[in-house]
Amino acid sequence: MSKRILTCTLNGRRHDGVVPGNILLLDYLREKLLMTGTKTGCDGGECGLCTVLIDGAPILSCLTLACSVEGKSVETIESLEQGGRLAAIQEGFHVKLGSQCGYCTPGYIMAAEGLLRRKREPSVDEIKDALGSNICRCTGYVKIIEAVQYAAGKIRDERPARAA
Amino acid sequence: MNERVKPIAVPQPVRSVGEYIPMVDGPEKVTGRAKYTADILDSAALEAAIFRSPYAHAEILEVDVSEALAMPGVRAIVTGDDCDMTYGVLPIAYTEYPLARERTRYKGEPIAAVAADTIQAAKAALAKIKLKVKELPAYFTAKASKAPGAVQLLEQRPGNIERDVFFDLGEVDKSFADSDLVIEHVFHAAEVCQAQTEMHAALADYDAQRERMTVWCSTQVPFYVHLMLSRCLKMDKAQIRVIKPFIGGGFGCRTETLQVELICGLLARKARTRVRLVVNREETFITHRGRPESDVRMKMGMTKDGRITAVEMEQDQRGGAYSSYGIVTILYAGSMLFAIYDLQHVRYIGRRVLTNTPPCGAFRGHGTVNTRFAFESLLDMLAEKLGLDPLEVRRKNYLKAPTYTINDLMVNSYGLPDCVDWVEKASGWKAKRTSGFAARTDGKKRGIGFACSHYISGASKPVNWTGEPHATVNLKLDFDGSITLLTGAAEIGQGSSTILVQIAAEVLGLYMERFRIIASDSMLTPKDNGSYSSRVTFMVGNAAIQAAQNLKAVLVAAAAKRLEARPEDIEVLGEVYRASSQDKGLTFQEVVIEALKDGGTLTVKGNFNTIPESWGGKKYRGSAIGGTMGFSYAAQAVQVAVDEETGEVEVEDVWVAHDCGKALNRLTVEGQIQGSVWMGMGQAMSEETEYYHGLPVMANFLDYRIPTIADSPPIHTHIVESNDPYGPFGAKEAGEGSLAGFIPAVANAIHHATGLRFDDTPFTPDKIFAALDKRARNAKKA
Repeated sequence: MSKRILTCTLNGRRHDGVVPGNILLLDYLREKLLMTGTKTGCDGGECGLCTVLIDGAPILSCLTLACSVEGKSVETIESLEQGGRLAAIQEGFHVKLGSQCGYCTPGYIMAAEGLLRRKREPSVDEIKDALGSNICRCTGYVKIIEAVQYAAGKIRDERPARAA
Repeated sequence: MNERVKPIAVPQPVRSVGEYIPMVDGPEKVTGRAKYTADILDSAALEAAIFRSPYAHAEILEVDVSEALAMPGVRAIVTGDDCDMTYGVLPIAYTEYPLARERTRYKGEPIAAVAADTIQAAKAALAKIKLKVKELPAYFTAKASKAPGAVQLLEQRPGNIERDVFFDLGEVDKSFADSDLVIEHVFHAAEVCQAQTEMHAALADYDAQRERMTVWCSTQVPFYVHLMLSRCLKMDKAQIRVIKPFIGGGFGCRTETLQVELICGLLARKARTRVRLVVNREETFITHRGRPESDVRMKMGMTKDGRITAVEMEQDQRGGAYSSYGIVTILYAGSMLFAIYDLQHVRYIGRRVLTNTPPCGAFRGHGTVNTRFAFESLLDMLAEKLGLDPLEVRRKNYLKAPTYTINDLMVNSYGLPDCVDWVEKASGWKAKRTSGFAARTDGKKRGIGFACSHYISGASKPVNWTGEPHATVNLKLDFDGSITLLTGAAEIGQGSSTILVQIAAEVLGLYMERFRIIASDSMLTPKDNGSYSSRVTFMVGNAAIQAAQNLKAVLVAAAAKRLEARPEDIEVLGEVYRASSQDKGLTFQEVVIEALKDGGTLTVKGNFNTIPESWGGKKYRGSAIGGTMGFSYAAQAVQVAVDEETGEVEVEDVWVAHDCGKALNRLTVEGQIQGSVWMGMGQAMSEETEYYHGLPVMANFLDYRIPTIADSPPIHTHIVESNDPYGPFGAKEAGEGSLAGFIPAVANAIHHATGLRFDDTPFTPDKIFAALDKRARNAKKA
């Protein structure tokens, strides 16, 4: 299999790698870079567990070739905690119990993070739309919606007050 | 969280129980740091893959692996020849081999497994394995399998009956004769699968120099895995160590040892190294252990004022090719008729049938779900005919705790009446049922339905009876003033580690932050039977109380010695121990130093045992199944909108109340109740496995339809606290009891909306449309 040079931004840092042309982004992250925060839940494109952000948009890393992110920005669950502080969406999933077994959590958090970046105060329907292709088997989704709402509220409250 | 460690002016014990407390392992889960089995990557480990049977039923003539073994990168191959030991759940039902021997009994059964340098090499080798067989007749329904003349699947199971159950308590026939109304109806529930998001995985490390094995695996029962590894590998238990990392859900499919961990162990020993085996989603479906397809014929009698007179149930379960939990499931299906309403005359005929499909096991709400579907549907059918309100019918049949059922199940606390009352009020039941429920503006017909359910808080008799305590918790206190809680209890996402820390912190009045927990590592933690039958909070929680009390006694004695006071005069104010209110007292750290002075690092333990009164009776064979220290109770109302043009049912709203005795953690209790209700919704509305001549055709997340967030309703949750006398701080189970009620509640709601009774899960649009269409045609004809 032919190999390709990959240059991209990975979690805010420049990343250079040599990747086989057929390796999936999911497998590249997990098996080659040992970034196991991103999970595998199905045999391809069915569960949303492997969601990462590519140029800020939620994408299934199991349906994405690693070489296709050339020149792009890839963000995974490992990037959200900054300076020892959980991102609002991570805190939301923790405090509101949007996460039980936790296995689907990274995918949900990345999908919800993508939503909150484009829509600061999403409605319940907008949350359902954005998370509709992810599967959680523990929560019944009630507390996942609350987790996203908590994060939206927290981001709103912490937004710097407009200069007077 | 850090606000909680700030010093407080007046010392007082810190309260942990009864609060909304996020999980102690939450930060790992939301940051991606939590390591699940498949996340433990090690470049030294070989990768493994399984060769599975393409036949539903066949005699194995030869498994030729010679060509596969010669493939590049292949290090070891195991087949049925590598293990002649059976395994299973009950010692009387060890019927399965890790890899099939002599016969294969379902499509997808493991036949051989390869360990190779890379997963690609392992998979390439699978294609070179040659299987020669003589095909046998295969049976995909219980009816076909138990028919006279069918080929026997297992030598020890004549007629392909894994187990038949019969009991006849009270005077059933006489009571039916004395009833004002008797209705008999047949229900059918499709097979469903747990479909937890984490696929099965194991990592086995064989230490050839010391002949030791360490296995990390995705299990709910590390102790049972330990026993079965020892049995199948013929290794001394002392040479084995089992570690349960983070687990991506279980819901029952991991309450028994699965092939994955056994095959991984066999491969690691044969290759004399480390082997990683992660199966895919399809294989996880094939490993199965879900809820069996069930045919339930139920007959119920009632007086005209709503008292249940007698019940007769006949239930056939399609169990799959091996025993798994089958005997237990078919017994639960009967025993869980009891302990929710006052029943005096009950007959049960149950059959668990072996078929050429993947083995069924214990699925959340084990044994009770399909029985409850029939029971609560029938209650509504009788109520309607007698012109009674469905809720009044339930109220007429309440138990009065404390009591024993006629099959000798102990009931000490009974919060069902409070559950029913809350749901009635919160759902607006009376108005919606009496004055007619207006259709939606889009023309969809609305309906609301109701049902109750219940579950055990741990099986009082473990499947592996050794006479040891049901649960043991160790607490280690060291120089730094930190306390480490050691437990075998398997944290599977239900929050058991959080609850145990809360309990120990509560008894000692200390901040939870003082505690660390190590769970489920056989080298470090006390043995525990595992996470099944909703046993952990009740049993391990009680052991944690005792351990913390024992530690407190040591600390009080140390404080008394230091303060030159009598132990009974020591006041424990959480982080401060003092002898009188004038005394400024000792800090916790000072007490710890005193306590460790003579003997060094302290480890204390607590145990829990069930009481014989909770063990179930001896009125029929298998009557211990159902025995528990406490039953949880739940009631729920489900509101639907039915589109009569398409047959689509939208679940608009759910109101659920659950009696968990005492909510030790309101946040996780709510999460468990909501998750249970929703999982019931999956079975009711869309989930169903399906086999085409034994080939699973739904073994993925597109065809096996799990409700998405878009399909899922709000679930209004209410906690009822009946304070069980034996529960830890009064607690009972919270993670299973609300599941079963959803299915009959939504069936009753659809009936309210359309006038049609659906008795066959899942209630998919095609079935509903067909029934509506048939009614419309008949109306035209008339």
